[in-house]
Amino acid sequence: MSTAPPDAAALRRRVEEFLAEHDPAAMEPLEFLRARFDAGLAWVHYPEGLGGLGAPRHLQPEVDRAFAGAGAPSNQPERNGIGLGMAAPTILAFGTEEQKRRFLRPLWTGEEVWCQLFSEPGAGSDLAALGTRAVRDGDHWIVNGQKVWTSMAHEARWAILVTRTDPDVPKHRGMTYFVCDMTAPGVEVRPLRQITGEAEFNEVFLTDVRVPDEHRLGEVGQGWRVSTATLMNERVAIGGQAVPREGGMIGVVAELWRERPELRTPGLHDEVLRLWVEAEAARLTGRRLRQQLTAGQPGPEGSAAKLAFADLNQRISGLELELLGEEGLRYDDWTMRRPAEVDFTRRSPGYRYLRAKGNSIEGGTSEILRNIIAERVLGLPGEIRVDKDVPWKDLPK
Amino acid sequence: MSDLLYSEIETDLRAGVRELLDDKAPWNDVLAGTERDEPLDAALWQSLTDMGVTALPVPEDRGGAGATWRETAVVAEEIGRAVAPVPFLTGAVLGVAALLAADDRELLESGRAAVLAVPFTTDPHAAFTPTVRAGDGTLTGAVTSVADGSAADVLLVPAADGLYAVEAADAARAPVVSLDMTRRLCDVTFDGVPARRVAEGDAALRTALLTGAAILASEQLGLAERCLESTVAYVKTRYQFGRPVGSYQALKHRLADLWTSVTQARAVARHAASCAATGDPDLPVAVAVAQAHCSAVAVRAAEECVQMHGGIGFTWEHPAHLYLKRAKSAALALGAPDRHRAALATLVDLPPAP
Repeated sequence: MSTAPPDAAALRRRVEEFLAEHDPAAMEPLEFLRARFDAGLAWVHYPEGLGGLGAPRHLQPEVDRAFAGAGAPSNQPERNGIGLGMAAPTILAFGTEEQKRRFLRPLWTGEEVWCQLFSEPGAGSDLAALGTRAVRDGDHWIVNGQKVWTSMAHEARWAILVTRTDPDVPKHRGMTYFVCDMTAPGVEVRPLRQITGEAEFNEVFLTDVRVPDEHRLGEVGQGWRVSTATLMNERVAIGGQAVPREGGMIGVVAELWRERPELRTPGLHDEVLRLWVEAEAARLTGRRLRQQLTAGQPGPEGSAAKLAFADLNQRISGLELELLGEEGLRYDDWTMRRPAEVDFTRRSPGYRYLRAKGNSIEGGTSEILRNIIAERVLGLPGEIRVDKDVPWKDLPK
Repeated sequence: MSDLLYSEIETDLRAGVRELLDDKAPWNDVLAGTERDEPLDAALWQSLTDMGVTALPVPEDRGGAGATWRETAVVAEEIGRAVAPVPFLTGAVLGVAALLAADDRELLESGRAAVLAVPFTTDPHAAFTPTVRAGDGTLTGAVTSVADGSAADVLLVPAADGLYAVEAADAARAPVVSLDMTRRLCDVTFDGVPARRVAEGDAALRTALLTGAAILASEQLGLAERCLESTVAYVKTRYQFGRPVGSYQALKHRLADLWTSVTQARAVARHAASCAATGDPDLPVAVAVAQAHCSAVAVRAAEECVQMHGGIGFTWEHPAHLYLKRAKSAALALGAPDRHRAALATLVDLPPAP
């Protein structure tokens, strides 16, 4: 690897050469995706041999566009958000060479979907309080415990798993991170029905599950450090896409307002305009954030974007129900379903209102995000900690 | 697509202006100035003029710097941070924008402070009803609440058939005890004052008001940022019940929310300045959004600054009140948030209830 990483022009050439040799119309999709990975054109910022070329990350969208334009098959990233957004960067950062070679290719091609076994009924915002135990047994670990809020667990082949391996030391020090085989005996997945009636998430019960030590990521006791890296990537992934004006939920309400004059009242008019302004401000903030990233000046504004987005979605969806009046009293369907992805616009206003309540809880509650901004961005004093030097087993639970 | 970041030139410009303001307009000087008769800090205004920042968007062959409204907006941020008592918004933005629209070579090249003689609350989106009559090369009538009218060299006065320039000294200017004494108002009377028409119709006035409202958002951003910074610094050092008050979530979470709003204010203010700089057709929407948003953020920042400083923040000898008065006045200026939201109803087709 003595050559310099390719620039935009070099990447364009490589994509052209690849497409000249691999006709997407004539190949099996999986075969094509594997070849694309092997050519280093999967995630170009990854190292050579692991689906990338060590190129700058911001060149990826152009590569993706070129492949999509040529009719190449998609690796369906929407089906494997945890895998691509969280498991892969963690494996890249902490995995052994063997783990990287084993896991990254089928992860990227979508052959193997991943899920995340982090949160527990007793460990939400305070993830480091988790109690799922892993006990060493020769070259294996025996895992027992319960995980929750696991999306895609029912389709996943692998999970990233954090466990308690030493209850006698303070909580941050006694954790270990593993890759867990979701088809292993003792792994039981149950749908977790939520306030919308459907079940995007699962509870996962782990009973005497045997995990080989070669599936450990990072050192024993280093699980918190590895988890933190995973969660940082989660926030980057939430950074957001470019949206047109009135993209997202405000567009739904604006259209409703235009098409149904009989629903309009002066008070609601004021509310619609206020939220329109806030949605536009949030949109421009997202644009500025992306311009910063492209210019190589990443800032802490990403956490602000998530906080604002959650609040905005909740208020807009609440307003939509008020605007609808009597219709707002009806719901489309309470049937328990297992949606593959969340789509706010395809369901009813009642669904939007209820689903948006999750926005300020999932991926870091708004309260935790405010703590993070206050402490890491503004440099305000941290919370007074009563659990820092106490062994995990002695913490009140 | 508008560039919402700051260029290297803009960053350098900011550093130069901040250094000057730190040196010549520390807050205790600004406070002392509010109790003097002089309606502006003339020496500071001269320094800013010498730096070339009071005519940034004026082409070089008209005696200006040949820059754009984007750079002007950066200076406005610094003016807001310092609550500097100079006619920057009124002279270097509204006045210059009107003269550029009128392409009035004579006044642009003169470098004199030309201030728009309209009530400071004038809504840039609404039809303007002149209160001054033109006839035989003179103006007659009155205009109330003219911001920086007393600091002006020249007044630009809208009448039914166009925009007129008059020597400020020829008009009767009655100082108003203003909520914001760092940007004072006066009531102006014209009694057959000699006047020269610089533009026909109301296009120059329209452009000036929209541009002024766009750049005011940057001034509000600078003020909000300063309030946030000084409040964060204070709550780290103020101890009650044996711990810094900034360690309480009741304050931390509000400051985190304020920081979030300020990051949004930066994006919308940059978008508005950028639209003004490039003549983007999105300018009216960008201005309405920026004013509706930044007015509220600046007021909230100043109000939180007073509240989180506790007792000291309520005293005359702490600068918080200078920011609060500037913020609240600026929110009412060039269309209160409600006016800008009402304008959006038309601009983006969200009509009112029948």
